[in-house]
Amino acid sequence: MSVHGLVLLGILFSSFVTGVAIFFLKEENHRTRTWLNLLGAGLKLILVAALLWGTYRGQTYSLTLEFLPGIDFALGADSNSVLFVTLSTVLWFWTTLYAVGYLEHSPNRSRFFGFFSLCVTATTGIALSANLVTFLTFFELLTVSTYPLVVHRGTKDALGGGRIYLGYTLAGGALLLLAVAWLHSLAGPVAFKARGVIQSLAAGHRVELQVIFVLFMLGLGVKAAILPLHGWLPKAMVAPAPVSALLHAVAVVKAGAFGIVRVVYDVYGVETASELNVLQPLALAAGATIVYGSIRALFQDELKKRLAYSTVSQVSYIVLGVAILSPVASIGGLVHLVHQGLMKITLFFGAGNYAEALGIHKVSEMNGVGRRMPLTTSAFTIGALGMMGTPFLAGAVSKHYLKLGAEESGDTWAVWILTVSGLLNAAYFIPILWRAWFKPPSDPHPAPGSAKRTEPPWALVVPPVVTALMVIWAGLFAEQPFSPLAWVKLVAQREFGH
Amino acid sequence: MTEIDHRVYLAASAIVFVIGFYSLLVQAHVLRRIMALNVMGSGVFLFLIALGSQTPGPVPDPVPRAMVLTGIVVSVCATGLALALADRVQDTTDRCEISEANRHTASSDRKSGIEAEHSEGSAS
Amino acid sequence: MALLILAPLTTAALAVVIPRRGRGLAFVTAVVVGAAVTGLFRELRDHGVRIHQVGGWGAPLGIDLRVDGLALLMLCVTAGIGIAVALYATRYFASNLNLGQNRPQEPKDEATHRDYYFWPIFLFLWTALNALFLSADIFNLYVTLELLGFAAVTLVALAGGPAALSAALRYLTVSLSASLFYLLGVGLVFGQCGTVDLPSLAAQRESGPALWVALGLMTGGLITKAALFPMHFWLPPAHANAPAPVSALLSALVVKGPFYILLRLWFEAFPTLLTPAVTQGFGVLGAGAILWGSIQALRQQRLKLLVAYSTVAQLGYLFLLLPLCSNSGGGGMAWSGALMLLGAHACAKAAMFLAAGNILHVTGHDRIQGLDGFARSLPMSAFAFGLAGLSLVGLPPSGGFAGKWLLLNAALTQGQWWWVAILLIGGLLAAAYVARVLTHAFTHLDGEATVRHALPRIMEWTPLGLALLAVLLGFASDGAARLLEVGAPALAQAAKGRMEP
Repeated sequence: MSVHGLVLLGILFSSFVTGVAIFFLKEENHRTRTWLNLLGAGLKLILVAALLWGTYRGQTYSLTLEFLPGIDFALGADSNSVLFVTLSTVLWFWTTLYAVGYLEHSPNRSRFFGFFSLCVTATTGIALSANLVTFLTFFELLTVSTYPLVVHRGTKDALGGGRIYLGYTLAGGALLLLAVAWLHSLAGPVAFKARGVIQSLAAGHRVELQVIFVLFMLGLGVKAAILPLHGWLPKAMVAPAPVSALLHAVAVVKAGAFGIVRVVYDVYGVETASELNVLQPLALAAGATIVYGSIRALFQDELKKRLAYSTVSQVSYIVLGVAILSPVASIGGLVHLVHQGLMKITLFFGAGNYAEALGIHKVSEMNGVGRRMPLTTSAFTIGALGMMGTPFLAGAVSKHYLKLGAEESGDTWAVWILTVSGLLNAAYFIPILWRAWFKPPSDPHPAPGSAKRTEPPWALVVPPVVTALMVIWAGLFAEQPFSPLAWVKLVAQREFGH
Repeated sequence: MTEIDHRVYLAASAIVFVIGFYSLLVQAHVLRRIMALNVMGSGVFLFLIALGSQTPGPVPDPVPRAMVLTGIVVSVCATGLALALADRVQDTTDRCEISEANRHTASSDRKSGIEAEHSEGSAS
Repeated sequence: MALLILAPLTTAALAVVIPRRGRGLAFVTAVVVGAAVTGLFRELRDHGVRIHQVGGWGAPLGIDLRVDGLALLMLCVTAGIGIAVALYATRYFASNLNLGQNRPQEPKDEATHRDYYFWPIFLFLWTALNALFLSADIFNLYVTLELLGFAAVTLVALAGGPAALSAALRYLTVSLSASLFYLLGVGLVFGQCGTVDLPSLAAQRESGPALWVALGLMTGGLITKAALFPMHFWLPPAHANAPAPVSALLSALVVKGPFYILLRLWFEAFPTLLTPAVTQGFGVLGAGAILWGSIQALRQQRLKLLVAYSTVAQLGYLFLLLPLCSNSGGGGMAWSGALMLLGAHACAKAAMFLAAGNILHVTGHDRIQGLDGFARSLPMSAFAFGLAGLSLVGLPPSGGFAGKWLLLNAALTQGQWWWVAILLIGGLLAAAYVARVLTHAFTHLDGEATVRHALPRIMEWTPLGLALLAVLLGFASDGAARLLEVGAPALAQAAKGRMEP
């Protein structure tokens, strides 16, 4: 085991050990818990930075442990992993800060932060998995560690939402297990490799591979909330705001989307997959989800539900980018993995702040919040504008590449879908912004004694402001080195070879 | 011992065993069930003895006899244990029919089982 | 090797004479047995299958003890669970812990009595298990099986109380009649083959109607004792009404004994009779157990009954070994998969029963409906329950996952689709009943959690340790698979090449 392998282990353990330690802390140990949280998050950030720098300079990282007979527990860091691990680590840091502020006075904090850390361990594990079985392991760990977060409040609603969440994700997990085991019985141990590992089988096992692909998409699609499998996402909105942020931007849906990226690029390979005719249905499903999610979002009055349906729609941008057979579209899809994360987390931080400071849960209650909470609302606005695809913000970059790619591959229907979805995004975000900035705060806000209060404590304001700035950075400086786009281009080059 | 004798013994052992098993199934009273078990055991032992005498020559095979001796020891212990248990059951429940007593617990009846764990009766 | 039987037997006898020292004697046993198992492991790794002739007589006249990979695995599992349960029981039986607080306090000497009786019987149970796993002939297996049954029944009765006593009595009746069926079968086999020694039987390759009847009788007896669906009826009351450490022993170890004999019988003595009809039949019963047991577990109102029905379901998985190990291809995977599951289930189920015991102790009842918020008063037990649940559901990296993964692969390699479906559905059903309990753990309660009885630490840590072991067991699966190859029956070696390409 080399030093380089230890970096990978360190990335996992920085949050795992923190999580386990936090479980044993007494509820009152607020200070120790906060320090542990930030220490873990900071350490992980440093290690990921080292990994990023090392990978950029051509260093390879890998680590294997004995696991099942004939199958290793393998970690590695290719450019795909680095993209996702960086995203989740950076966002986790800010989410932790936010969660510390958000849950200041609620019960069961040790339990919450313990599972919170385990959840991020699972996400980084998903990013760093080098073969399918390791991926599956972390994918299931993610399910298990997010369930307690979803039901954290312990109310009837929360438990119901949690039951639905668990039902969907475990069923998805079972399908994924079947897909992995089946592929294993055909191809032996499957380690991720650019351009896929099963080309040689494609001729002899065509139908089986097609069925396995469908199983993969069903299993992963549950977490990525693709059309018929998205039911859990709006229900899981009962969770506390930092959890929603985590589910939507960092961990769960991203894990699903990232899994689809892995399977299409590094297990099947784009060429083999398109030869098997499995990408077209996937693209159609993604397209349908994009439009469906946007339309549903239009009719939600509850702010978090509107954002949830928006997530359903936006995550499928990533899937669409992957499924359209064009390098440019993949760049769009992959970069949206990052961009959507940045924008959506900003929006959820904002929604959490409105609920925390003013007791606002519904769009119709948002009149005039811009004057009350200028910083939060500005961040929220940047996130929303990004989602709509306003120029110079992150969302525009992804959409630009997606459209170009769709045109290049001749999928004009996808271009239409993207345009329609852009309009719908505007249709459900602009009313919010209008109310927030231009309507007078007519009604008294629901929270008692809230008339004088403005911004919540700094721990709740800094994270959305920072992520909003990152949205601007990712849009304005997209062409600079070390931007998400630059990195994604590197990934695409590796996959398509030009 | 001739061939025919030997078959008679085998058949008899089978009949004894079946009779024992039948009564085990239909009898509810604990004592009768314990007796039924003993009858079944006798059937098995008879069978083993009959087997032992199957071998040609004047000296019967010693192995089945050893088995039967072991079996009898086991069966005596079992009967003792069963009787002790039955006694205790009768003490605590005033009943001596197992089938009902058990159906009572196996069903979704919540109380009896919980009490069992907490019950004040001591063991053996 | 003989030490594995003699050590617990001696201490059991001593514990009868000086009951006061029961705990200390158990620890001596744990150390000796632990050392002996480790020593055997080394020998086995270096020299392969080991045989010990008791008194130097040798089969067929004398008694042989034999250790191969399978036997050693069982001995290891027994030792592990035995030690854990002993640790837990030191405190469980030491005071009036198994009393609900709403009931009148038990006289002190009653509890002491229970403590005094537990240790010798526990050690005797350990003796019986070790002897069973070491036996190399089918008659010895009968004797050890019978001893095991006695010890188990007595332990169930230890709880006292009408429900436990009648459950014990019924358990005894079922167990005795099943043993007699088995013994009758042994007699028939002897009449047909002239030997009861496993290796000699394997060499004979006999067949014929009498042998089929014999095998039918023996199998019938054994599946009853192993509580395979539909002969599981006696298990839930017996396991649910016993004291917590006893439930753990019964579910984790005792029911595995007859299963072990079944494997020896079919795979080692009569592999030629293992026709597809037989194996698929076993598979169907196993599948029935998985589905029926899980659905019953979902419907139970009491926690311990839920866990007991879960045992019924999990035992079903073991029997999927037969259809998956008898065809060509993937036999080795199925063999180590099912035995991996056996070990993982032992740890997980022991952890679950011990955790359930804690819950029962602290809340004073085990009605699932009334468990709201128990994670606050018993965080570690809730955790242990959840982790053990992970292994039962078969989520990676648990031992349960490793086992299911191997079975799944064997089924896929052989194209036996129906078992694939059963394995997946079984996992989801298990998730449903585990989640049913855990939902209550997370239910929010207003006000402070009331801890009515403080639990001794060891009673909190033991289940958690066992559950962690079950979850991490997956990482040991490669080693376990290699261990199991030592002296594995031919069918289980069929596809070794395929397993490690």
